[in-house]
Amino acid sequence: MAELEARSMTGMQRPRPLSPHLQIYRPMLTMVMSIVHRITGAALYYGMLLIAWWLIAAASGPNAYATFEAFIGSLIGRLILFGYTWALIHHTLGGIRHLIWDTGHGLEPAEREMLTLATLVGSIVLTLLLWGVGYLTMGGPR
Amino acid sequence: MIESSARRMTPMRRVRGLGSAHSGTRGFWHQRVTAVAGIPLTIAFVVIVAGLLGRNHAAVVQILGSPVVAIIMLLFIINTAYHMWIGMQEILLDYFHEEYTKLALLMANTFFVFAVAFACIFAILKLSFGV
Repeated sequence: MAELEARSMTGMQRPRPLSPHLQIYRPMLTMVMSIVHRITGAALYYGMLLIAWWLIAAASGPNAYATFEAFIGSLIGRLILFGYTWALIHHTLGGIRHLIWDTGHGLEPAEREMLTLATLVGSIVLTLLLWGVGYLTMGGPR
Repeated sequence: MIESSARRMTPMRRVRGLGSAHSGTRGFWHQRVTAVAGIPLTIAFVVIVAGLLGRNHAAVVQILGSPVVAIIMLLFIINTAYHMWIGMQEILLDYFHEEYTKLALLMANTFFVFAVAFACIFAILKLSFGV
């Protein structure tokens, strides 16, 4: 008993080993995409302000809505909206990948690489497809 | 006896069922629930936004205010707000360890999410009920 106690006490005082920092490791696709999942999540967090502005503008009246449309139609507005579209799709696909991993499936080396690559390629393709269809149905840039 | 058992408490014993958020695995589980709900809601949201592109204000008001669209938008906003509240809390707990900074940022996260979500909900309800 006393021995156990002594061991736990010294264990408390001795500096515990630390895991190496991220910079130590060679960047791998799964690791980079894990970080990107967090970054897109944080970006979408602030992107919610854009949705709030859009809804409030619509509820406020034609003038407020025209101001929002002018901003979102500008070059900066379009860039933000394009980034938001990609972040939303990427975070959704990445979320599905994580849900699959949560079940314990798709964790073999080849499988996890494939799933990770699929979310990256899928997010880019879907974003371009969505914007392509958008521009086509709206008759090109206005 | 009480004193010695307190001293013998291992780190495992102290953190078991708690974790950095002091609420165990509740956040982990709720993040998964809102993630699953978020898949169809996000698809619906993208479809709604795509359908409103280029329409004038009157048309946007009419569509956003129609019951089915408004209900889907409300579900999307509420689900997303909770999901992003948990997510940001997780990020803050990972990177901020100084107690008062951490508490202030956790509070700011709650205030931000409530304010943005309430603004969206109010706007959707106003579009639905008019005035």
